[in-house]
Amino acid sequence: MATLEIRDLHVTVEADNATKEILKGVDLTVKQGETHAIMGPNGSGKSTLAYSLAGHPKYTITGGTVTLDGEDVLEMSVDERARAGLFLAMQYPVEVPGVSVSNFLRTSATAIRGEAPKLRTWVKEVKEAMERLNMDPSFAERNVNEGFSGGEKKRHEILQLELLKPKMAILDETDSGLDVDALRVVSEGVNRVRETGEVGTLLITHYTRILRYIKPDHVHVFSGGRIVESGGAELADKLENEGYEAYTKGGASA
Amino acid sequence: MAEAQNIPVGSTTAGSIAVAAESTVATRMSAPPSFDVADFPVPHGREEEWRFTPLERLRGLHDGTAVANGNGVKVDVQAPEGVTVEAVGRDDARLGKAGTPVDRVAAQAYTAFEKAGVVTVPKETVLTEPIRISVHGEGGTAFGHQVIELGAFAEAVVVIDHTGDAVLAANVDYLLGDGAKLTVVSVQDWDEKAVHVAQHNALVGRDASFKSVVVTFGGDVVRLHPRVQYAGPGGEAELFGLYFTDKGQHQEHRLLVDHNVPHCKSNVVYKGALQGEDAHAVWIGDVLIEAKAEGTDTYEMNRNLVLTDGARVDSVPNLEIETGEIVGAGHASATGRFDDEQLFYLMARGIPEHEARRLVVRGFFAELVQQIGLPDIEERLIAKIEEELEAAVA
Repeated sequence: MATLEIRDLHVTVEADNATKEILKGVDLTVKQGETHAIMGPNGSGKSTLAYSLAGHPKYTITGGTVTLDGEDVLEMSVDERARAGLFLAMQYPVEVPGVSVSNFLRTSATAIRGEAPKLRTWVKEVKEAMERLNMDPSFAERNVNEGFSGGEKKRHEILQLELLKPKMAILDETDSGLDVDALRVVSEGVNRVRETGEVGTLLITHYTRILRYIKPDHVHVFSGGRIVESGGAELADKLENEGYEAYTKGGASA
Repeated sequence: MAEAQNIPVGSTTAGSIAVAAESTVATRMSAPPSFDVADFPVPHGREEEWRFTPLERLRGLHDGTAVANGNGVKVDVQAPEGVTVEAVGRDDARLGKAGTPVDRVAAQAYTAFEKAGVVTVPKETVLTEPIRISVHGEGGTAFGHQVIELGAFAEAVVVIDHTGDAVLAANVDYLLGDGAKLTVVSVQDWDEKAVHVAQHNALVGRDASFKSVVVTFGGDVVRLHPRVQYAGPGGEAELFGLYFTDKGQHQEHRLLVDHNVPHCKSNVVYKGALQGEDAHAVWIGDVLIEAKAEGTDTYEMNRNLVLTDGARVDSVPNLEIETGEIVGAGHASATGRFDDEQLFYLMARGIPEHEARRLVVRGFFAELVQQIGLPDIEERLIAKIEEELEAAVA
């Protein structure tokens, strides 16, 4: 069973000619089939955690370990991490002009699976996955993220999640900027992947709204660059009622 | 847009991307056009039209020391039935009709060539196969003149391929009769030492359509000067360009569209990628809308993708408008570095770095290639871009 283990992770970022520590010792274990929600106020370091796990060059790991099934993730390049089974659904996916969605998806699936998917079954696979996400077939011929609405970008991220079938999915504020209908469609996509039991999910969010659609097994409160409280789904209800205030004060003094 | 970091005209970044100050089309040249090389002083390099060009690498084309020898270039023309292919003397009336040399090297070429090539497509002849002109460098120095003339309502595609090694200065004239349609693809796929300086003159007839596709990959110095004038109203010119400037190469494209008659259109799109130390691309886009050219519709755009440090782009769009009675006029220039966020996004989907880079660059050119409208040329260009990219990521 796939397991992502994060131990005492410290991460810095260069900003304004200064080195700033963003993650200050994150400990977390996510097992295949589990869903962990990471919730926290803006600036708490949630997204830094997501991008650090994916290997974004902007972030420097200064301490700690991350392993996936015992393999050292931090030693891997960005593409190696993806091929090892890590997937990051991004909050702000970038445009890639001149590269069609269908070309992108196929190139990606070929890299992840280690061989080019058979054309006929692949076309069907993509078409069905797009239908499930209420995406028009013409979407495949558009350039990656170019001129996509916020909702289209997020659907496209979840489409990739469904097609690439990672062991660990990190969803970075996938709910942000979505209206209720889009949130439902996107959440259903995530749930289809979760129901296979094959994926561990790290759901990073600022709001409790998405947790009505995607039920987490564990909820962690993130503040000041580390997890300050962990619990079950009931912790989300507490946050819904009380907000982050108690934690931001604690984070500041820590 | 292809680049996350678009750099607007007038700004610079890190000294490697420069945009020159505005200067007007009319005052740009240091001497009036002439067929005689003696009318042009030897350039010293500070003239507006020469200030980006490494004169010391022109192998004497600019100062009279370059002399034609027998092993310059070998020209081979393959034309479908109905097309006339001739080699004519200097006194042929069709030479120089499309335009006059505007700088010393073009005038040198006109002064020094011995025989000119003339390819004629008779009126109302519609070719289904392209005319292919192969210009192969044999290591020497040559001066050339080529005329391609389409009679009224004739339609043709011409592919001119430059390969091998040569020092070549040339003028190429395109004469389009009324209602004619000409597409010319000029590929500069030279070996690495070649020097190629050429002026292209198109004279677009009434209601005629001219499409020029300039593709520059090779050479040590390539400096091309595509120019368009109109012989009557209703003419259209599309000037597309694609260049891939490698380490140490100087590739310069200087365009002029002279809207000298009313109700004509022009659309200019040039895109380039640069990689390696001292790769230098220059793009000058001059559009002149003369006072009498009412109803003009024009747009020009240049985009550059800088793949590595050490490359330099000079991009100077320039629009001079002498009448307000026009349909539209616009220009844009943007130069961006390779976008690390695009790379991260693609790699985060398992795509290895070299393949991700290729995807991005291929995408950058794809939008332009798709506008050419000739599937076999498009395929060839894509293949050639792939080849360049292989070298890029190596």
